[in-house]
Amino acid sequence: MKKLLSIFAVVAFAFSAHAGTLDDVKNRGFLKCGVTTGLAGFAAPDDSGEWAGLDADMCRAVAVAVFGDRSKVEFITTTGKSRFPTLASGEVDMLARNTTWTISRDVNLGFEFVGVNFYDGQGFMIPSALGVSSATELDGATVCIQTGTTTELNLADFFRLNGISYEALPIETNDEGKENLFAGRCDVYTTDASGLSSTRAAASNPDKWVVLPEIISKEPLGPLVRHGDHQWGDVVRWSLNAMIIAEELGVTSENVDAQLGSNVPEVLRLLGVEGSYGEMLELAPDWAYQIIKQIGNYSESYEANVGPDTPLEIARGLNALWTQGGILYAPPFR
Amino acid sequence: MNEKIESRKPPVATTGIIGWLRINLFFNWTNSLITIFVIYCLYQFVPWILDWTVFSADFKYNYLGQQITNQEMCSRNLDPKNGGACWAVIYVRFYQFIYGFYPREEVWRVNISYVMLAIALLPLLITKLPYRKIFLNFTYIFPIIAYFLLNGGFGLPDISTNKWGGLLVTLVLGCTGIALAFPIGVLLALGRRSNLPVISMMCVLFIEFIRGVPLITLLFFGMVMLPLFLPEGIDMDGLVRVLVAVTLFQSAYMAEVIRGGLQAIPTGQYEAARSLGMSYWRMNFQIILPQAIRISIPPIVNTSIGLFKDTTLVIIVGLLDLLGIGRGTLADTNWLGLSYEIYFFVSLVFFIFTFGMSRYSLYLEKKLKTGINMGAD
Repeated sequence: MKKLLSIFAVVAFAFSAHAGTLDDVKNRGFLKCGVTTGLAGFAAPDDSGEWAGLDADMCRAVAVAVFGDRSKVEFITTTGKSRFPTLASGEVDMLARNTTWTISRDVNLGFEFVGVNFYDGQGFMIPSALGVSSATELDGATVCIQTGTTTELNLADFFRLNGISYEALPIETNDEGKENLFAGRCDVYTTDASGLSSTRAAASNPDKWVVLPEIISKEPLGPLVRHGDHQWGDVVRWSLNAMIIAEELGVTSENVDAQLGSNVPEVLRLLGVEGSYGEMLELAPDWAYQIIKQIGNYSESYEANVGPDTPLEIARGLNALWTQGGILYAPPFR
Repeated sequence: MNEKIESRKPPVATTGIIGWLRINLFFNWTNSLITIFVIYCLYQFVPWILDWTVFSADFKYNYLGQQITNQEMCSRNLDPKNGGACWAVIYVRFYQFIYGFYPREEVWRVNISYVMLAIALLPLLITKLPYRKIFLNFTYIFPIIAYFLLNGGFGLPDISTNKWGGLLVTLVLGCTGIALAFPIGVLLALGRRSNLPVISMMCVLFIEFIRGVPLITLLFFGMVMLPLFLPEGIDMDGLVRVLVAVTLFQSAYMAEVIRGGLQAIPTGQYEAARSLGMSYWRMNFQIILPQAIRISIPPIVNTSIGLFKDTTLVIIVGLLDLLGIGRGTLADTNWLGLSYEIYFFVSLVFFIFTFGMSRYSLYLEKKLKTGINMGAD
């Protein structure tokens, strides 16, 4: 299947190699961005039919960078299976579809991951009544596990490494896992931490469930583009980086106008007051200013979509800035 | 003494309600046992489901009288003592369920299309409709009008199919698939039985290939591979590609159903038609097909209902039909955890349509008396 996909990718690339994606997007007048068919906190239609979420914000940020207008984006829904062919065939300009960055996807499938907008990882959720505070105390537990996924392998590795045993209850979908856990048919449910948070938020009484602190796998989720179009890759990469750098520098959507008169050189470079970084990217000089003004910095997007004040209640954790105990890090803006 | 004996009434036990009950529900002890068991199950289930769906349910306001805007405001989440459904999610999202992401200022176009669809179906449903001929003509041109109305053209702004969703996508896929597959299926069925080897071989190949792969495979083919085969610059719409896949799939099945009907027609009918000097097409369209299709009505409706439900598979290629919108709603942090309400509503809508189709099939069967032996054997 992977081989087949890479052939598609190559064929599609041969077809689409004619002009830069950036020019295509500019000529078309709007960005085509691939998102999920609905995942809490990352991309889902709200009551008025607008897409909202961390990934949706990523798409909008790129649209703002190119057009200066957050509405110049068309969201194309893709599933786990259709996302890569959709990108390869040129039907979307980029994917922001909580896709894990792995070597085979980056290299073999012919895509380019341009950054990470959410560091996820596999975790465990248990009823708080179980009184367990660490996953290493889960000896003999019944674990609900999605079959045929990497989570299954990670789980086996983790329990073997810690010398404890478990009983697996195989399930197919996230919904099934939720129902089994809530009905008490398994003691533990394991999947990506963001998925656990949305499962917990869907419970009738979320306080009865806890997500254990152990994270046993790396799942860096980020936007990706087709391999080979570096100019376009740069636009998407620096749209994400601009949001992260803005948080580092304390520039928010509210104070961005005041920051135009800042005396910090990097702020002035970021907002396009000094330097010609927009020109280098073939974007407007104030592209990053517009992203921050219209979307906000990374922290604002995080807090609004998945942060502790939302029903998902995902703490910053790894996604905090490198200066604040996380690993979120953007190259300098100079 | 020829005393006239008044005709007596039949025994109480065989007439009226009591008689009906005895004959139908309590005929013997197994029968009675099953009846009691079923009544017990209904007694357990019906009050509960009525209570959940209606009496204890929130529709727009919760038990405190506030308008519900997210799942935390549902009565059952505010206070676990309230057990009812929270229909507010359907109320708030109704627009999306029915129209998808169609722009609100253009939604009249969808509404007109829905009304026109109902008018177009009228002459098919009511055979005694006055001016039925005129209505039928409208039925034939309706798809063209609907296409331009929904998609844009003639001064109407273009609405990309990417913005279509919900019931609109379900109906477009279902109706187009069923309507196009029927004539194609008839031709394929005739072709498969044709004496011309090239034609029959091509039809067999087509039918067996399409029938041999799952619908998902075809959808993927349409969605992912078709663009790679098209010349550069030709951008085929996503919905159209799915429609092509669905129509091909359905027409292969339809062909086999109609072939079943054709095989039931006695050879005498063919011979009689030929002996009257009828041409191939005239024989088929005036003698054979009317009989064959008449006896194939149940399986035709069966596959059509199957297709209507199969349209939910389009979520796999990223189109948000009725079910897709439901899932998208469940992914909104405002409405997490209301899966029972949403799936209940989606199944109810599907049930209304499929039940309507199956009733229509029964009505047709009765009207055309398909059950009778057609003679000539």
